[in-house]
Amino acid sequence: MTIEVSTSTDSILTNPEVGTAKVSTNKLSTKVDRAAYLGNLLSLRSTVDNLPWLQELRDQAAAIVQELAIPSTREEDWRFTDLSALVAHTWQQPDPAIDLKACDSIVLPEAGCRLVFMNGVFKSHLSKLEDLPAGVFVGNLAQLPSDRLAAVQAALGHQTGAEEVFTALNTASLTDAAIVCIPRNVAVEKPIHLVFLSRTAGTTTIAQPRCLVLAETGSAVTLVEEYSSADAPGTYFTNAVTEVVVGDNAQVNHTRIQWENQQAFHIGKTAVSQGRDARYTCTAISLGGQVSRHHFEVYSQGEQTHSQLMGLTIVDGDRTADTHSLIAFSKPYCTATQVNKCIADGKAHGVFNGRIYVPKLAQQTDASQMSRNLLLSSKARIDTKPQLEIVADNVKCAHGATVSQLEDDEVFYLQSRGIGADAARKLLTFAFATEIINQIPVASLRQSLTQMMRDRQAAS
Amino acid sequence: MICDNAELILSVKDLTANVDGTQILKGLNLEIKAGEVHAIMGPNGSGKSTFSKILAGHPAYEVTGGEIIFRGQNLLELEPEERARSGIFLAFQYPLEIPGVSNLDFLRVSYNAKRKHEGLEEMDAFDFDDLVHEKLGLLKMDAEFLDRGVNEGFSGGEKKRNEILQMALLEPSLGILDEIDSGLDIDALRIVASGVNALSNENNAMLLVTHYQRLLDYITPDYVHVMANGRILETGTKELALELEAKGYDWILEGAAA
Repeated sequence: MTIEVSTSTDSILTNPEVGTAKVSTNKLSTKVDRAAYLGNLLSLRSTVDNLPWLQELRDQAAAIVQELAIPSTREEDWRFTDLSALVAHTWQQPDPAIDLKACDSIVLPEAGCRLVFMNGVFKSHLSKLEDLPAGVFVGNLAQLPSDRLAAVQAALGHQTGAEEVFTALNTASLTDAAIVCIPRNVAVEKPIHLVFLSRTAGTTTIAQPRCLVLAETGSAVTLVEEYSSADAPGTYFTNAVTEVVVGDNAQVNHTRIQWENQQAFHIGKTAVSQGRDARYTCTAISLGGQVSRHHFEVYSQGEQTHSQLMGLTIVDGDRTADTHSLIAFSKPYCTATQVNKCIADGKAHGVFNGRIYVPKLAQQTDASQMSRNLLLSSKARIDTKPQLEIVADNVKCAHGATVSQLEDDEVFYLQSRGIGADAARKLLTFAFATEIINQIPVASLRQSLTQMMRDRQAAS
Repeated sequence: MICDNAELILSVKDLTANVDGTQILKGLNLEIKAGEVHAIMGPNGSGKSTFSKILAGHPAYEVTGGEIIFRGQNLLELEPEERARSGIFLAFQYPLEIPGVSNLDFLRVSYNAKRKHEGLEEMDAFDFDDLVHEKLGLLKMDAEFLDRGVNEGFSGGEKKRNEILQMALLEPSLGILDEIDSGLDIDALRIVASGVNALSNENNAMLLVTHYQRLLDYITPDYVHVMANGRILETGTKELALELEAKGYDWILEGAAA
């Protein structure tokens, strides 16, 4: 029997010198009835007339939503992420007249095709749906060929965790979705680019984009999923859900970039299921939003799956950025690697909660999880909680967490080579982030993110 | 080599220093002239590594007394990066890994910081590339090292060679090599030592800090100093190192106690 558990950090870390990482006292907004508020959000949804199966899915989700409320910090899962600022706004449906003629900045040179949604609505004139291997479908629900409908119906909204409040709200409000279907044994060489833009034109709007990726047995695909703002500063709320089904022996390399503007609210769910021998790699970068949360769930459902989750959050000002993740195994011989990094500056608050669940059946699991956090100011704060739940008795699992400033020795090493202390700190911070950025398989995206880091550092 | 009328590179007088309130250096005196190679030897805990870090300006050490004059300048007034740009180079005993920063970028930033300090224009990426490839040969390093993160995943020997590569680019007036030989196999030691010998000339000086006499078979010192308990107790020529190898340090420590 071998159980290896390193540096157990099930409790909250504290760093006495910089920042604080401790339990906050709840400051619950009592002014807003959070159940009624959620009901109002639900009532904003538009109707779908001609798709009975979709209406049924929506109704089931709506029934769940009606039992729930917007979570408060009293709930363990939302203890560190206060949604008071979200519920202080009254959200409305975006004006369908808001559009954009062109958007060159979203073009990814490496991508073969591009699917663009704005405020949750498919935009064919901004999309580019060519250059795809035979049998591959990329498009919205309306374009879906009838022979794909059964597969989409079977998968959409059926991932475990669909009853979570924001996921259920998204499903209940579903009118359209980005759909990617890769048939059996097809390898798509060029990345598929999924873009979800927000454009408010001065209104406070909610958009609930939805995405479903079906990678059938033996297929391979690279996805880039991006959330961003397409106009000047504006307050909007994105509640996004993406489901990815990785078939037996299929391979999905997924990059998720959230660069919403700094007034936005972003709540995103990525729910992944992996079949036998499936390989799923995700690099998730979170940069924007006054309050942002990415909820990441990976369900390994066959033997010998491999999952790699890399995360980078950069948060400053008085913003909050939260990453929640779950990797749930169910069969033996699976492996997973997770590295989640957060850089917090100003008075910002970074949150990480990562669970790895290894049930009795999942013998010989090899999983590691690392949460690494960098505090750049004395007022920034990080709460991190890596958790292993192991029932199986023959596994190799490790987890750990660090919250630190830049090491004096590292800064000194660079100084001793003639690099000034300030430049040395910037270089080391840059390096900390680059380790995750370099995992992204698309060169132009790595370059834009690297440039973004340099610009931010030059501005600070 | 000892030269007449050579420039005084480093002059240390009655240096005392603390770390975390404990006195480590207790009145250290040392003079180094251009062209010379000095070796400081001593048992563990004698303060020799501390001394090398103090010369480079490590913030964890507090100088409580005495002075360090480097080429006529009061070294203690300078920040670590100013010392480096003025010509002090410390090769680390344990070079740090900086994943995410390419070795080539690191070397170029460092090199240009020094050029800027000397009032020269920064060297562009192409010219620098040529320069660095020329220096790689000296250390028998593969160009592939340049694209990797600084010291990331390097073996012990590769890290030490990378330190000497940095020294070759920065051309310091005083190269301080802190246990550059520790953990090296004999082939790596030969490469590192021949690199140091090739860089040593009448305008610069080297200070070797080492635990083992073996290094001095490959880099011949002009002076050997024995350090213990925060002071230099004995100074001699390379023969002193051989005597230490044969007899250990006790006879010097006992002599000092008597």
